[in-house]
Amino acid sequence: MTDAVRTEHLRVTLGDRDVLQDITFRLPAGSMLAILGPNGSGKSTLLRTLVGLVKPSAGSYRIMGRDGNDLPRGSIGYVPQIKSLDRIFPARAIDLVLTADRGRWPGRISKTDRDVAEAALDQVGARHLVDRPIGALSGGELQRIYLARAAMRDPGLLLLDEPEAGVDAVGTADLHAQLDRFRSSHGTTVVLVTHDWDAAQYHATHVLLLRGRQIAFGPTEEAFGEEQLRRAFGHVGHAHAAPRGGTAT
Amino acid sequence: MMDLLSHPFMQRALAGGVLVGMLASYFGVFVVQRRMSFLGAGLSHAAFGGVALGLLLGTEPLVVAVPFTVMVSLGINWVRRHTRLAGDTAVGVFFAVSVALGLVFLSIRRGITVDAFTYLFGSVLSVSPTDVLLAGAMLAVGLATLPRLWGRWAYASFDEESARAERLPVDRDDYVLFTLLAVTIVVSVKVVGIILMTAFLVIPAASARLVSPTFRHMTVRAVIIGAVSSLAGLVVSYLIDIPSGATIVLLQAALFFGLVFVSRRA
Repeated sequence: MTDAVRTEHLRVTLGDRDVLQDITFRLPAGSMLAILGPNGSGKSTLLRTLVGLVKPSAGSYRIMGRDGNDLPRGSIGYVPQIKSLDRIFPARAIDLVLTADRGRWPGRISKTDRDVAEAALDQVGARHLVDRPIGALSGGELQRIYLARAAMRDPGLLLLDEPEAGVDAVGTADLHAQLDRFRSSHGTTVVLVTHDWDAAQYHATHVLLLRGRQIAFGPTEEAFGEEQLRRAFGHVGHAHAAPRGGTAT
Repeated sequence: MMDLLSHPFMQRALAGGVLVGMLASYFGVFVVQRRMSFLGAGLSHAAFGGVALGLLLGTEPLVVAVPFTVMVSLGINWVRRHTRLAGDTAVGVFFAVSVALGLVFLSIRRGITVDAFTYLFGSVLSVSPTDVLLAGAMLAVGLATLPRLWGRWAYASFDEESARAERLPVDRDDYVLFTLLAVTIVVSVKVVGIILMTAFLVIPAASARLVSPTFRHMTVRAVIIGAVSSLAGLVVSYLIDIPSGATIVLLQAALFFGLVFVSRRA
């Protein structure tokens, strides 16, 4: 099976500091990878590198068999942190969806454009939000709009940066249901940075634990164990349920 | 009113005023949505440095002010992108240096200070046929950006990270935006004046934002507000003999506060 993501000794240096070192893993297509680690461990930097926003200082990465620096537009879907978006920008859900489709902000919107946007929103059960101003959307609703725009060109790889940030528990559960559906119906590979251990445990097929370097990578039941978590976080935490294959604390 | 239109200087002022009103408002929507209002102040004061250099050299001031201001705008964007400094810090440094250079240039050659006041406060009497042609050419350039660049600038204004993730040329587009903004400011200063230029950029766009559900609506309404307020301001300034730039800005401000009131009630 083709690897959806393959990294070889990836290193990322920001300023004069190595934020990530020696990241090497192969993620099979159709998997869901949860990237976990304490704050400052390089999770978002790794995701931003895979998206193409940050250039690695050493090593290489390939996305669906192609060099990461040479990806055509639309081959990956990216959902940034919703809380970082400008919620007072004069825009509606339809504008955001069509922006992703065209690669620029829409001017006049035709009937065909509207049909395209409604079809994309329909996939995530958000057709009714099409004309809603973004300032009037909840975090979960905005997350769904971004998921619709990321998925509308049927990318082989979907990357999400802390999708639960700024989204309530219901919105988070809804998001994971949508991601599971995309994976099963389209074979989409999903990579997400998360602080949500439950999401990793119950939805991810693979886990990557980071602490500036790679602590563990593998199928969830192997990589999400107590010992690996202790090395990544320094502790396992009291609220955490027993990891699959691990020991409860 | 017909008397007003019979004066060639007033015809030029009205044509130039409407053109720069539309231009400044068109680029102003990006300035407002990117929270870069201070950039308008920085670039208009950079224009002061360029105008003063032009006066010192005894050439047409705008011929020197355009490249001078464009260089400053590109410098600000470069510092913003390639250092750890915030954008407003970069603007603050270039702003101060430009004003300081302008004052030094004016002090070197006596007798040009009066000409400099024309640019500081704006004067309808000073708008030349060349200025109107330049403003018209800039408006044509602005219209040429509509099919592609307007949409990409808007995308990057809302969510720069996603625009970059889509492999859009965000940096290159920003350099183009900053360059056109700098030229727009320079061609506008004769009508509105350096001191009030920021308001000319910001108020029509901010007013349009108050009553626009989409960025497209905001852009169209800002351009209309910019054109109409320039026209009305020039007529009023002529009729009651007060500075044109100040009259335009005060009319824009009256509309802005009216729309603040209306939009809050809505």
